[in-house]
Amino acid sequence: MLQDAPSASADDADAVVEVRDAHYGIDGREIFSGLNIRVRRGLITAVMGPSGTGKTTLLRLITGQLFASSGQVLVFGRDIASLSGSEIYAARKRMGMLFQNGALLTDIDVFDNVAFPVREHTDLPESVIRKLVLTKLEAVGLRGAAGLMPAELSGGMARRVALARAIVMDPEVLLYDEPFVGLDPISLGMILRLIKHMNQALGITSIVVSHDVQELATIADQSYLLSGGTVVASGTPQELARSDSETVHQFMTGSAEGPVKFHYPAPDYAGQLLGADEG
Amino acid sequence: MSNGVRRGLPLEGVRKFGVTGIFLARLLLACGRALARPRLVIAQIYNAGARSLIIIMLSGLFTGMVLGLLGQDVLQRFGAETALGQMAALALLKELGPVLTALLFAGRAGTALTSEIGLMKATDQLTAMEVMAVDPMSYVAAPRFLGGLIAMPLLVAIFDVIGLLGAHLIGVGLLGVDRGTFWSQMQSAVGMRDVTEGIVKSVVFGAVASLIAVNEGYQCEPTAEGVGLATTRTVVAASVLTLLFDYVLTAVFL
Repeated sequence: MLQDAPSASADDADAVVEVRDAHYGIDGREIFSGLNIRVRRGLITAVMGPSGTGKTTLLRLITGQLFASSGQVLVFGRDIASLSGSEIYAARKRMGMLFQNGALLTDIDVFDNVAFPVREHTDLPESVIRKLVLTKLEAVGLRGAAGLMPAELSGGMARRVALARAIVMDPEVLLYDEPFVGLDPISLGMILRLIKHMNQALGITSIVVSHDVQELATIADQSYLLSGGTVVASGTPQELARSDSETVHQFMTGSAEGPVKFHYPAPDYAGQLLGADEG
Repeated sequence: MSNGVRRGLPLEGVRKFGVTGIFLARLLLACGRALARPRLVIAQIYNAGARSLIIIMLSGLFTGMVLGLLGQDVLQRFGAETALGQMAALALLKELGPVLTALLFAGRAGTALTSEIGLMKATDQLTAMEVMAVDPMSYVAAPRFLGGLIAMPLLVAIFDVIGLLGAHLIGVGLLGVDRGTFWSQMQSAVGMRDVTEGIVKSVVFGAVASLIAVNEGYQCEPTAEGVGLATTRTVVAASVLTLLFDYVLTAVFL
């Protein structure tokens, strides 16, 4: 059943990440005004919404790079804003994040990029790190590219290397920021299968932020649709597809007409054109 | 310019000063952690120092040659051309070596540091490190700051030596100043205090230029324009502050 907010009866202990009535703004512009999201352990949670609704900002709140001005962001049961710097770092070690542009370190090669978090956080011998890195690169189909520099990779390849880096520490939670943008159909299908595989085989909780409705519908267990700084609908992708809500319908069908304005606020079109002639 | 903008400028200046101060405190804290990983610091000494060698050596050579040429011309008007060695040595050790090296360092290594860190910021590399629980202050900023700080006195020493060779080349080789007089005058006139002044200046200038370069890269707007502006600010601020601190340190050592 379609809900306006997460179910209050859901088991709190089951929530790996929970956003409670979060407010956040920047430069006087309100991004979130009472956001409520619950990410349950072992599920794939999709966060969808039009561009500019703060999907990436939500990930930054979850990873403790930003803090809500009011409300709570609970990560592994603790309010991220109440944690010390070292505690936030400890929480981040349990997460992996795939950035929209990959965010690979450009001065080291693919192998060293994937090995980077392992070398930073463990004392594993180099022979073990080598096997670990090659295993992860094989999983994303880029074992052969281990010696390439990031500048030599295509956008899709960089994203796959970044995914290998995100999973190399076997995180409990994986955050994906627009993982499908700009991918060719083969890479897209592979990334979808990888997200699903890591969820099913390894039990990794996934939070996928995207506006690719069709792709998300094939893998998500739970979906949230953001608009106007809050959750306008939540449920399974199938429930969202059957929704009567105008906002949900507009987003799911990609229509320019509806509550979510396609055009940025502007003066009257004809008046502005005619005014230009007179001027 | 509106009144609002005029009122905002001093406040903006205070804000930037505060941000830089906090950044410096965080940087100094991170330096301890960075020193525990000497590999990163050595790589940055190579980047800031070894890669600046050619420009420093060439500049040192030409500066010394000008000193030889001009020094001989001026000194002979007072019948003191035998003092060429001591004049060249004092000028290079106390003033020209540290100042010119710092200005060249700001233009070569400083801009490279700012643009590198700025681009890392613009491409989310610093954010990615944060999310991977790796402190970019310890991994990126502190090694680069320390690399510049250590490389600068070494570059000044090389500039001084090559400059003296340049002065010798022109003064002794071309203009006929006695070689023994050139070196013995230098040896008798230059004291440890003069060498110390040069070393202190080089360390201070290195710290100032490296701090500005790293801070500008770290604080810049993560856009192409923002990185470009930050790079320009690095050269301007590092050059002006080098000359300001040069005056202060010269007065201290008088």
